[in-house]
Amino acid sequence: MLIVEHLPVLLIVISMLAAFTILIVGWWNKKTSFFISFATILVQFVMSIFILRHVMTVGTIYYWFGGWAPPWGIEYVIDALNAYVLVILLALSLICVTYSKRSIEHELPDKIVSFYALFQLLVTGLCGVTVTGDIFNMYVFVEIFSLAAYALIASRGKIALKASFTYLVLGALGACFFLLGIGFLYSVTGTLNMHDLSILLPPLYGNRVVQAAFVFFTVGLCVKMALFPVHTWLPDAHSFAPSEISAMLSGIIIEVSTYAFIRVCFSVYSLEFIIEYVPIFDFLCLVAGLGIIIGSVLAIAQYNLKRMLAYSSVSQMGYIMLAVGLSVSTHHALWGGLTPALMHILNHALMKGCLFLVAGAFIYKAELWNISDLQGLAKKMPYTCAAFTLAAISMIGVPPSVGFVSKVYIILACLDAGGWKIIFVAVLLLSTLLNLVYFWRVIEMMYMKRGEGEEGHSHSSSPVKVDEIPLSMLIPVLTLAILCIVVGIIWLMEIPIIGSFPILDRVNELFGLGVYAP
Amino acid sequence: MPSKDTDTGTGKGRSIIVETVTRLMVPFIQLFALYVIIHGAGGPGGGFQGGVIFASSFVLYVVAFGIVKAGNRFSERANIVLFSTGVYLYAGVGLLCILFSYGAAQFLNYGYIPLTHHFEENRALGMDLVEVGIGITVMAVITSIFFNLVWKRENEEIGEREGED
Repeated sequence: MLIVEHLPVLLIVISMLAAFTILIVGWWNKKTSFFISFATILVQFVMSIFILRHVMTVGTIYYWFGGWAPPWGIEYVIDALNAYVLVILLALSLICVTYSKRSIEHELPDKIVSFYALFQLLVTGLCGVTVTGDIFNMYVFVEIFSLAAYALIASRGKIALKASFTYLVLGALGACFFLLGIGFLYSVTGTLNMHDLSILLPPLYGNRVVQAAFVFFTVGLCVKMALFPVHTWLPDAHSFAPSEISAMLSGIIIEVSTYAFIRVCFSVYSLEFIIEYVPIFDFLCLVAGLGIIIGSVLAIAQYNLKRMLAYSSVSQMGYIMLAVGLSVSTHHALWGGLTPALMHILNHALMKGCLFLVAGAFIYKAELWNISDLQGLAKKMPYTCAAFTLAAISMIGVPPSVGFVSKVYIILACLDAGGWKIIFVAVLLLSTLLNLVYFWRVIEMMYMKRGEGEEGHSHSSSPVKVDEIPLSMLIPVLTLAILCIVVGIIWLMEIPIIGSFPILDRVNELFGLGVYAP
Repeated sequence: MPSKDTDTGTGKGRSIIVETVTRLMVPFIQLFALYVIIHGAGGPGGGFQGGVIFASSFVLYVVAFGIVKAGNRFSERANIVLFSTGVYLYAGVGLLCILFSYGAAQFLNYGYIPLTHHFEENRALGMDLVEVGIGITVMAVITSIFFNLVWKRENEEIGEREGED
């Protein structure tokens, strides 16, 4: 076996060991916990890039635990979809952990050790969900990252405890549905391996138990990914968690649940089942469309910056699920299949990660929670505000940012799907307008209103002192903001020239979507 | 409402019968736990079950002698070290398999650890080592959960008396 084929398991093991090492070493020196966590995630990130390279050049990695063949043993499978999500997940974790050094020292000075131990467990869980090829194993990792997330959200104490408890109840309910689905499938097939399930299930597609299991999976994972009607845990959890955790929650945790949903739909079940037996995707499109509008409208109604971003996440999850819903009825090489959905997973991680980290920066510097507090901040914190503006215009969809690319691709997919799905073009355009309303409000507040201290003075006579956040927080924020534009340009350049983006194309080929549709 | 029977911390309301029986029972419960852990690979039982049984002996000890005396014997710090040790043992055995086979065998493919000359015997021994690791972790975690549940009230009382922690 090549060393790179061991990486999926090493990724999980070193992360898990690091979590416990942080706990023990933390007694002697609190400061070490950041460095252990940072080093581990950096190593994991490098590993994930090697995995992606191997998957793209050689092919899917299959890893049998303990050498036991799949239907009996646990198998880790990494194909293009896993590798893609894994790289995004670890890149965002790396950025968040870099950012967290100063902000956690400031916000939670007596909980540094436990914060990093839990953060490492969160990363372990998220990686686990993405690398596994066994559905029960996936459930276990979903629980690991959820439990870590509950504790991290509650770490600020007081009101955050309530937010965390709401998430705990709803998250546990979602996980229960997921487990129930697994139980149903196990009772009819006697196997838990995803590939084995996909072989054994087709003759049983007419079976009510199999169909009920699919509905359970859908409902359970929709709670986890905060799709519109079951999003109620999300705004509180996002706004009261420490900012790096908000960024992780919005940027990657709900996306990993989306990944799990895609995996269940296309790897456990198949296209045939989704189209002929339980045609749920049209319904998902409708729900997602509703979520896009309602999330945006609720975001306009907020005065707390982080809460506004949280509602914006509800609407962005609508985008991703709309794109997933359209994936079965589009056949174009560029925007067919899962391409727009997977694109938006990356794009949303960049934009929302940046926005939440900036919101955290305002809180770090001067406890500025509300949008009205941000008056004239652009002169005081020019770089942070510039980063916010870049990410905000990406959210609105100004070319050539990532948001623009996602929107164009989803609109083209809507047109390609045809029929009544053309109304989603209107939904997307309306949502763009609403995005403009709530983000422009913040930008206007930062750039065009005068700050409290400078009223009555002219600009030249009393320049406001620049008071930026520390460099270890500024660099992650700026990196994400610049990536918002750079990645957008890469999407725009790469796809029309090569004809398609190789990784996303490989995913469509794997699931028989888009141009590869039968 | 602290009554005499439930107030185990102060030593009031102790029962000589309960204490003596506990003293007799605890070693046997622990021995049974070790039996269940070691036989996990070949028979019913295993690391998790054995760990829970082992932890239940501490629970019995707390019921009989009170949380203060038990807490002195089994500190939170020792608990963290123990449950980390279990994880290290598990992951260590798994990684040794990769190391000893120079990357040819998978994680937890026990047969490649050169403990004896037979592949199957290595596999059995490796499995036992992993079960011991699981047992230690489960024992420590369950004890820790139980201690935290019992201690909660007393910590809060101390916190109220001494002001904010």
